[in-house]
Formats: sequence, C-alpha cells, structure tokens
Amino acid sequence: MNLNGVKAIYVHEMDRARRTIFQSLVSPVISTSLYFVVFGSAIGSRITEIDGVSYGSFIVPGLIMLTMMTQSVTYASFGIFFPRFTGTIYEVLSAPISHIEIVIGYVGAAVTKSLIVGLVILSTAGLFVPIQIAHVEWMVLFLLLTSITFSLFGFLIGIWADTFERLQIIPLLVVTPLVFLGGSFYSVDMLPELWQKITYFNPVLYLVSGFRWSFYEISDVSVMISLAMIAIFLLICITLTWWIFKTGYKLKE
Amino acid sequence: MSPLIEIENLSKIYDNGHVALDRVSLDIKEGELIALLGPNGAGKTTLISIICGLVRPSSGHVTVAGHDIIEDYLHTRKLIGLVPQELPIEPFESVIKSVSFSRGLFGKPADPDYIEKLLADLSLSDKKLSQIKSLSGGMKRRLLIAKALSHEPRILFLDEPTAGVDVNLRMEMWDLIHQLKESGVTVILTTHYIEEAEEMADRVAVINNGTIIVVERKADLMRKMGKKQMYLELQSPIATIPEQLRPYDLRIQDNGQVLLYNYETRKERTGITSLLKDLSTVGIGFKDLRTEQSSLEDIFIDLVEERIDVLERAERSMALDLSES
Repeated sequence: MNLNGVKAIYVHEMDRARRTIFQSLVSPVISTSLYFVVFGSAIGSRITEIDGVSYGSFIVPGLIMLTMMTQSVTYASFGIFFPRFTGTIYEVLSAPISHIEIVIGYVGAAVTKSLIVGLVILSTAGLFVPIQIAHVEWMVLFLLLTSITFSLFGFLIGIWADTFERLQIIPLLVVTPLVFLGGSFYSVDMLPELWQKITYFNPVLYLVSGFRWSFYEISDVSVMISLAMIAIFLLICITLTWWIFKTGYKLKE
Repeated sequence: MSPLIEIENLSKIYDNGHVALDRVSLDIKEGELIALLGPNGAGKTTLISIICGLVRPSSGHVTVAGHDIIEDYLHTRKLIGLVPQELPIEPFESVIKSVSFSRGLFGKPADPDYIEKLLADLSLSDKKLSQIKSLSGGMKRRLLIAKALSHEPRILFLDEPTAGVDVNLRMEMWDLIHQLKESGVTVILTTHYIEEAEEMADRVAVINNGTIIVVERKADLMRKMGKKQMYLELQSPIATIPEQLRPYDLRIQDNGQVLLYNYETRKERTGITSLLKDLSTVGIGFKDLRTEQSSLEDIFIDLVEERIDVLERAERSMALDLSES
C-alpha cells in the first residue's frame, strides 16, 4: 500500500482548500447564515411549529445537508477535474499508486472539507436558533455517509466533465433542485398530495429526513429506509468509480 | 546483464484506427542514454507513455527491471521518472510543495534535505517558495525535471526536453542531461532534433510511422550509414570528366574548379588511393583537398526516405496484384 502517495494527494488537496479558504469555507458559511436570517428570523417567525419544533430549528439539519451535498460534489469534482484540465494528472496516472488509493486521497480530502463545513454551519446555526441533537452517533453516521457518497459522486462528475461548463451543469441542474425539493425547508406533508408522491422519488428526501430524525426524532420516512437509500446510492457511486478505473474511461487511451 | 527495459512486439492502435506503434521491440541497458529520434507523429510519445502507464498497449509486452509494466505496475513505476513534453503545471502551488508532492506520490517518505539539494542542482533554490505560474518557461521545465527526479528514479524519460527552447537553454539542458547520465541514471529522450541525438546519445533508435527503422550505437550508425565527400580544388579548371575517371562517382563543381568525390565509409576500400593515382595519370593536379562527413541528419533523412520508398513500392505492387486478380 502506497500510504505516502495517499497522504501526498490528501495533503495536496487540503492545501488547495487552504489557499482558497474564502471559497471553501467562508462562502458556504455566509450563504447559510443568510438562509437563517431570511427563513429562520424573517419568514420563520410567521410559520407555525412543525411537529413541535420551531421552524428556525427545523431547517437546521436540512441546511447542513444542503450545504454538505453541494460542497462535497464541488470539492471532489474540482479536485480531480483541475489536474485533468491543467494536464498535471499525468503524474498521478504514472505513479505507483492503485486506483483505490487515488480515490481515497481525493475523496478523503473532499469528505474532510465538507465535514468541516458541516460542523462550522452547525455551530453557526447554534448562534441563531436553539438546537438539540437526540442521537449524536446517528448524526455523525449520516454526515459521514452523505459526504462520502456525494464526494464520490462529485469525483465521477469531475472525471466525466470535459469543460468547466459540464463540471457545473450536473450540480446546477440535478443536485441543487433535488436538494431544494428534498424537504430541506419543509416537511413533506406540507405539500399537495401529488407533489408528496413525486417527492418520494427524490433520494435526497431520505437523507434529509434521516438526518433530521437524529436531531429531533421527527421524520418523513423511517430512519432505516433512509439508511438503506443512502447505502444504495453509495454502492452505485462505488460501482461507477470502479468501472471508470477498470476501463480507463476519460483517463487513459 | 539483462536489459533494464525490454520492449517486445509492442503495438498501439488508437480507437480512431490510427496505428501509433507497430510491433516495436527494443532493449535498453542500465546506465545508457538512448535517443528516440523521429519526426512529429512517429510514435515516440506513445512509446514512452505506454511504459509510464499513461496509455494502454494494444498488444505486446514491456518489462522494467524484470517486472511487467501492467501486472507489476506498482513496482516498475517506482523506478521511472517522466518529464512530459508539454508543461503541465498547477499554477498556484509553490515550487517546493509541488516537488514534495511528487516524491510522496511515488511512495517515498518526505526528505526535505534531498528536495533542497535537488532544487539547488536545478538552480531553483531561490524560487522554491514562489508560485509556479510566476516561473519562466525554462524554470518550469527544470521544475518538471525536479519533480521527475524527486523520488530518485533509476530511469528518466524526457519527452522532447528542448522543444521550443532557446539556444542557451538548450545547451543548459544538455549539460544537465549529461550530468544525470554521469550520476548513473538511465536516460531515454525523444527528440526530432538530430543534433540533440548526435550531441548526447550513446545509442540512437530511429522511429518513423510507428516502427523502429534502426537502432545503433551512434558512432556505428554514423560509420555504417555515413557518406563522405572529398572536395579537390583543381589547379586548372576542367570541363568534362576524362574517360579514365568515369568509374568513380565524380562531379564537377564551381565551373570546373572543384572535383567532388562521393564515397561510403562503410566500404572496405574507399577508392581514394586509386582515384588520386588515376588523377595524376591523366594529368589533373590539385592544390587543396578536404573531406566532409554526413551528419546524423543526412542519415536520418536517407533512412526515412528509404522507408517511404519501400512502402510506396509495396503499395504499388499491391495495387498491381489487385488489378490483376
């Protein structure tokens, strides 16, 4: 096992985050704070409690999920796309390092970054609204699984994309709508019946629901279904990643 | 001693049907400096990209230090450093971090002293904290060499190390490559500059259209393939070549002032002695004599053209066969 190689990629990626600290950390925190101001204080004060939880507190898990999902995808996709774009990927591809090790290096760094962002947002949210965490171990599990899954998904996008435009298009057209419509800001039963049915096809719903359950023990679907859904999504991403390295898709001729 | 790199019947056909390499075989010995010489698109980069793991071969085998480059890639790649032709760089990274990254990536534990020394050897010490984007072209190339050497490889591939580089920098690069060879590193460089191969290589492999036309020690190649020309400056001009001198390959130049004799050094008898004797017999005197040897460039052009001739002839005969049948 080339541990030095994994470490080199990981440190290199974390270094990039340090160089771009504003983009990496400050901007998600600022935008999340804006959500709290708008939804939590301004609008939220006019919304009644949902299942006994004030609206401001209700949206905290969803906001953390929303930011972590989009940031995981961004970090991981950019991390692998950028060396492909500059051509420096040649070094990684010619190094004595296995495919799994390459993925651990890049995805590990993206997971770390999005976990940091998630925890920073959690503590920022604590400044605005009261928060209680009923099941810390479940919260950590959901945080980990979500950031690993979406980082892997981002890694795949970063390999698939040939241009900066393509790099943005999936997060913009797929991830963001799914995340917004996945119950981050509302409970599913607040929707009309037709939309409720449609929402159950949105995988993000299950993640947000399970994550929220770990905070307030309220959920749209059972926590086990949530867990099963994220496991399925994770398996799909792992399979696709394995296929990419096996075939050399967009990496080797 | 078995060769350090053994290439056996290596072929590469790209998805678009382009045959980049056609059954190439080549052995490279430890410690030698071999030049892969050929025009653009000859297959040089494909060849080294396969050995380094960037391109998958269509068929054939390569072993490095006895290990297969595909099955045992974790072992073979540790021994190899690659300096690519383009200058791919991570613009915002610092020089020293970039070189340390390469060392780690190739599985070596951090060694700040070695990295410092390497940067000093490549005159990059005072730039070590600079962002890479601020470096000049020559410095970027030296940085890529430093990255390739960061894990102390036994083999160094240099893909067109002096392409688009000015004369001073080219000399500098040549010095550097000589030093690397002295230090025991096996160097494989690709070039389409003949003078570069002539200046540096122990052996030259001429490659064109995906096949290796010839592999020879440089000196042998020049001796075998080399033509020499002898210029005789005559005392009095002549208009025609006398009958007696017809058997020699002679030409009159400069209004009969100069007689030019072509001969091949690979022949046992060059015919110079008898030519000079016959000249005095027919009464042609000369005041001066000089000889010129063909450069690797002439040899190269001959080889490539000969190859094209052979191909054209083959094509023509195939076309004939087809029309007949």
